Amino acid sequence: MSRILRKTQLSRDVFRMELEAPEIARERKAGQFVIVQVDSDFSERIPLTIADADEEIGSISIIFQVVGKSTLKLAQKSTGESVENILGPLGMPTHIENFGTVVCVGGGIGVAPMHPIAQAMKKAGNKVIIIMGSRTKELLILEDEMRAIADEFIICTDDGSYGRKDLVTIPLKELCERGGIDLVVAIGPPIMMKFCAETTRPYHVKTYASLNTIMVDGTGMCGGCRVTVGGQTKFVCVDGPEFDAHQVDFDTMMLRLRSYKPQEQEANHRCHLQEAVDKLQEQSK
Amino acid sequence: MTYIPAEKLKEEAEQLLKEIDFNNLKPKDRLKIPMQEMPAQEPVARGKNIQEVALGYYEAQVRLEAERCLQCKNAPCIKGCPVAINIPGFIKAAAEGDYQKSVNIIKESSMLPAICGRVCPQETQCMMECTVGKSLKDVDKSVAIGRIERFVADWEREQGKMSLPHIAPPTGKKVAVIGSGPAGLTAAADVRKAGHEVVLFEAFHKLGGVMIYGIPEFRLPKVILDKEIENLLSMGVEIRKNFLVGRTRKLSDLIEKDGFDAVFVGTGAGLPNFMNIEGESLVGVSSANEFLTRANLMRAYEPEKADTPIFTGKRTAVVGGGNVAMDAARMALRVGAEEVYVVYRRTEKEMPARREEVEHAKEEGIKFMFLTSPKRVIGDDDGKVKALECVKYELGEPDDSGRRRPVEIKGSEFILEMDSVIMALGNSSNPLISQTTPEINVNKWGNILADDTQKTSMERVYAGGDIVLGAATVILAMGEGRKAAESINKLLAE
Repeated sequence: MSRILRKTQLSRDVFRMELEAPEIARERKAGQFVIVQVDSDFSERIPLTIADADEEIGSISIIFQVVGKSTLKLAQKSTGESVENILGPLGMPTHIENFGTVVCVGGGIGVAPMHPIAQAMKKAGNKVIIIMGSRTKELLILEDEMRAIADEFIICTDDGSYGRKDLVTIPLKELCERGGIDLVVAIGPPIMMKFCAETTRPYHVKTYASLNTIMVDGTGMCGGCRVTVGGQTKFVCVDGPEFDAHQVDFDTMMLRLRSYKPQEQEANHRCHLQEAVDKLQEQSK
Repeated sequence: MTYIPAEKLKEEAEQLLKEIDFNNLKPKDRLKIPMQEMPAQEPVARGKNIQEVALGYYEAQVRLEAERCLQCKNAPCIKGCPVAINIPGFIKAAAEGDYQKSVNIIKESSMLPAICGRVCPQETQCMMECTVGKSLKDVDKSVAIGRIERFVADWEREQGKMSLPHIAPPTGKKVAVIGSGPAGLTAAADVRKAGHEVVLFEAFHKLGGVMIYGIPEFRLPKVILDKEIENLLSMGVEIRKNFLVGRTRKLSDLIEKDGFDAVFVGTGAGLPNFMNIEGESLVGVSSANEFLTRANLMRAYEPEKADTPIFTGKRTAVVGGGNVAMDAARMALRVGAEEVYVVYRRTEKEMPARREEVEHAKEEGIKFMFLTSPKRVIGDDDGKVKALECVKYELGEPDDSGRRRPVEIKGSEFILEMDSVIMALGNSSNPLISQTTPEINVNKWGNILADDTQKTSMERVYAGGDIVLGAATVILAMGEGRKAAESINKLLAE
């Protein structure tokens, strides 16, 4: 059991939760994630990245988007209530050192896992350039937190409602052109990570992507999270979640993410997903 | 083997019981008593439900089966048992109708009799050594030791009074047991008995390891598992679920910072193996671990209640020939597959699966394709599984395992239309402990190296079960857990 210390709504369907988890708070490092099971027994186990942690309070923060039945169940929990099971920290921590200049590209909800990585990169002495992108202004999260870390800060929206009207790959390409980039870390939708990798490839800039795949146990047992990296089968939960983006077979990964689409659609239909999210939105107003 | 209705087995046994004069049985009379078949649910009906397939012996059957035992002085069966249960002893008590005595004899050696009676591969262990089977020249006609074991264990549970072992006074020593599968549970119980404090760490939200996520409800009902675990833990073991040693806490920290005097690692077989053939990433291909975990641990066989989805193809191929392959195939049938094929590259004789499971699978209509192996998985335009291309094999010379090596027959490729494929090819070791604990030496497959006292290369750390053995069985894991506990108790007595 893990108590919800605080719940806030960051955008239309994105929530932040601070959960009591002293052991995870103590051990977690940038780049790691947790598995959450909202209620017992019949609930799904879902992987969520750790956005922040407070070792003194003994809490971690997770940021998640309501995309299906299980994330909706989680969003419907209130401060003071508990989630039944939480396991972590999982995955290999991000390799942090003073690389020189690091570009952090965060797309949509991907800004959440990027936050601790950018923080750690900054702390290690790197110059940190942050590119944040989303479809529209309302969907941007953690802008202030990220701005506070960045030496250089670029915001893009697809519709131009805020910052530059560009895809994140456009400023990324400009930075590559300008030169002096030692490392790129990209986290966001698979398609964004794929094109970030394609953008940096011609410039031979080392690029990491943090993958969020289908998982059940999160400890290496089920193999549902398998991806092809450099022609080899890797498990995101124990070998990742970060991999050399130039080696990742993103197309197959995107294909596999659709594995349970028909079942998920049915479940979303059954629980009237959008309606329920909007209701949460109303309540928080 | 053809299916015989449970009621008929009961009637026959009760009739026979009246005809035999048990006071004057000579060995040759005992050999004449027919081996008692396991009553089971009707095959077509059970393929559509999740309840236990094997129903357990009727009392008349237990008596008959137990009377088949010759009570050999040299007891060869005991040598076949990884935990050396006093088999003739418990069978004699069962024949006399003293079931409590019978189960107590088993419990001197095995803490989980209701489970072992169900899942042990008796035909390659105790039953293989049985004089009755040897006399009748058929291991399947050996005394059905596991079925008697199951009966007495179930009897005790149904009486509602499970006996607790004696626990020594507190020693002030503290032991960490990592993993709550058969190895960990056994080690925890034996260390606790010696009076040490025990903390049992489990990564999942439920205890039992492979017995909860892997072995299906229809073969090992969870209420039985829970009851056995509950009984074991009533000895006063502290449980820490959702705790992944290596990540939630480093193993070395348990010793250096948290004050544990010894650690037992029983983390089990980890990563599922794949064939590394074309098309294995297609939608509809999963490991048996994933398929069974979704079904069992996450309860996806109850789709009305469970949030975890499961892929329910109409035509499913399961690749492999072990118990896990049988479990996956039979589970696929129960979650909606209309046709299930088991594809195995050797013959039925080489299949490592428990005999009873293979028979049950056949009765349920699962089709077996022997001497066949997949070459690639073929997908449709949406990246979903459409077919499986296979190739035929023949048996060549024996290999290292003593089984004849299957050799591909060139040009024998053929296509099987399928919409889902489950890979049941065994597991490689989970890298978590070795990744995070460099002090522990592993072999080239990543299995932890342990000496004959189960001690690892790290001081105060012992290991056992599948993480040492590679994929093995519940009873072998229990045997190693027991041996490790003995070593730990010895270490802590110094």
